Amino acid sequence: MAARPSDRSLFRTLAVGGVMAWLLVFVAAPNLLVLGASLASRGEAEFLALPLSLHSYGHLLSPLFAGVFADSFVLAAGTTLLCLVVGYPFAYILARLPRARLPKARPLLLLLVIIPFWTNSLIRTYALVFILKTEGLLNDLLLGLGLASEPLSLLYTDTAVFVGLTYTLLPFMILPLYASIEKLDERLLEAARDLGASRPRVFWRITVPLTAPGIAAGCMLVFLPSFCLFYIPDILGGAKTLLVGNFIKNQFLSARDWPLGSAASMLLTAVMALLAVVRLKLSPLAGEKVRR
Amino acid sequence: MSRLVKAAYAALVYLFLYTPIAVLIAFSFNDSKYGASWRGFTLKWYDALAQDAALLDAALNSLLVAALAATAATALGTLAAVALHQYRFRGRRLTQTCLFVTMMSPDIVMGVSLLVLFVSLGLTPGFLTLLLAHVTFCLPFVAVTVFSRLAGFDPHLVEAAQDLGAGEFDTFRLVILPMLMPAVAAGWLLSFTLSMDDVIVSFFTTGPTFEVLPLRIYSMVKVGVKPVVNALSAILVGATVVIVLTSHLLLGEKK
Repeated sequence: MAARPSDRSLFRTLAVGGVMAWLLVFVAAPNLLVLGASLASRGEAEFLALPLSLHSYGHLLSPLFAGVFADSFVLAAGTTLLCLVVGYPFAYILARLPRARLPKARPLLLLLVIIPFWTNSLIRTYALVFILKTEGLLNDLLLGLGLASEPLSLLYTDTAVFVGLTYTLLPFMILPLYASIEKLDERLLEAARDLGASRPRVFWRITVPLTAPGIAAGCMLVFLPSFCLFYIPDILGGAKTLLVGNFIKNQFLSARDWPLGSAASMLLTAVMALLAVVRLKLSPLAGEKVRR
Repeated sequence: MSRLVKAAYAALVYLFLYTPIAVLIAFSFNDSKYGASWRGFTLKWYDALAQDAALLDAALNSLLVAALAATAATALGTLAAVALHQYRFRGRRLTQTCLFVTMMSPDIVMGVSLLVLFVSLGLTPGFLTLLLAHVTFCLPFVAVTVFSRLAGFDPHLVEAAQDLGAGEFDTFRLVILPMLMPAVAAGWLLSFTLSMDDVIVSFFTTGPTFEVLPLRIYSMVKVGVKPVVNALSAILVGATVVIVLTSHLLLGEKK
C-alpha cells in the first residue's frame, strides 16, 4: 500500500492529542480543582465559596481529625507490616520452587494468588463476616478445640478491621514481591555463600536489597489503600473506627464540608507523592548497595 | 527451611486466602436464612436472586458500564502505549506523569476529584459521569499491559513496514495492532473486571438514577448477612475465575 503523506501526521496527531486531552481533562484538571476546593470556604447554597483561605488545612490539625489520621496511620502501617511479614516468605517459597522437579506447580500456585487479587474486594470483605461473627467459623473452631470457653465477639471491632484490611490487601503485597524475587540471580546468593557469608547475612545484604523494588511496590500498594477502603470499617468495624477514607466520605456526603474533605484528600495525595519519591530513591540504591 | 515447613506455610496462606470465599459460596446453598448453621442444600437463594428486579437492574447497569468503559479504555490505553513507545512528542513526560498519578492515586482521591470536576461542569451524577470515571481509572492499566508487550517486540518490523511504504496508521493497523492483540484483549478483560469491582470511585461519581452492582451490594451488606448476596457473590467469584483464566491464557501464549 502506498504511503499517504497526510496519513503519517494525522494518525500521530490524533493518537497523541486524544490521549493527552483525556488525561488533561480527567486527571490533571480534577486534581487541580480539588486543590482549589481545599482552599475555598464552605458556602451556604453552593458547596464551595470564596474567599480562599487555609482554614480547612487548619481544621486538619484539630484533635478530631488528628485522631482519625493517627488511627488510620497505625492501621495502615500495621497492615503493611503484617502483609510484608506474611507475604515475603510466601512469595519467596513460590518464586523459588524447583523448576525442574515441579514444572507445572508454579504457574498454578501463582494463579491461585491472582484469583483473589482480581476478586471483588467488597465480596471478600463480606466473606470475612462468616468467619468472624459470634456464631461464625472461627468461634466454632476455638470452642471446638477448647481454646475459648465462650464465643468471642470478634466482629465489629478494630481487630476485625485490621484483619479485613490484611485479608483484602495481602495479594497486592505478594504479587510485586513474587515478581522481584523471581528475577533474583541465584548465582549472587551462591557467590555470597561461597565467600563465607552466613544465611542471615546473605538474606539481609543480598536478597533484601535486590528485592527492594518489589518490597517498595508492595508496601505502596498496601499502605495507600489502607487509608481509603471505607467499606471495610463499615462492614466489619465498630462505630468508632474511622479511616481517613470514612472521614472524606462523610465530609462529602453527610457533613457537606467539601473544602475540608478536599483538604483531607490533598493530604492523601501528599502521602502518595512522598511514597513515590521514596520508591524512586530506593530502586537505584538497591543496585548500589550490592556493588559496594 | 525444610521442604515440609515451606509447604505447610504456603498451605496456611492459601487457607487464609480461600476459606472465607469457600464458606461464603457454601452458605449460598444453605437452607437457612441467617447462615448460622447448615440446614441442608437449596437453590432457593439463586431463585430469589432471579426474582430481585432491582438487583438485576443494577447488574445490567454494571455490565453495560464495564463493557463500554473497557472498550473505550482499551482504545485509548493502546493508543497511549503505542504513542509513548513509538513517538517522541511534546508533553510525553506529562502523559507519563498523568498515567502514573492515575494508577497510584488512592481510589477515594480520584473519586473526590472527579466529583468536583463533574459538579463544576454542571453534570448530574449518573450514567455518563460514571462511564467517564471508569474509562479514566482503567486507561493506565491497559497502557501498562500493552506497553510491556511492546517493549519485548522487534523494532525492525516497524522499520520494514515503513520501508515498504506503510504510513503510520497502516503500520499501526497492519503490523503493530495484530501483534499486540493478546495484550489488548487482556487489557480489556482487566478493565472490565476493574470496572465491575469498583466501589469507591463509583460511590462518588454516580447518582440515584443509575445504580451499579457493587454499590447495591454495599448498601445490602452494611446491615448484615443476606443469603441473596451470598448467591450473587458466588456467581461473581465464578465469573472472576473464568476471566482470570482467559487473560492468563491470552498473555501466557507468548512466554
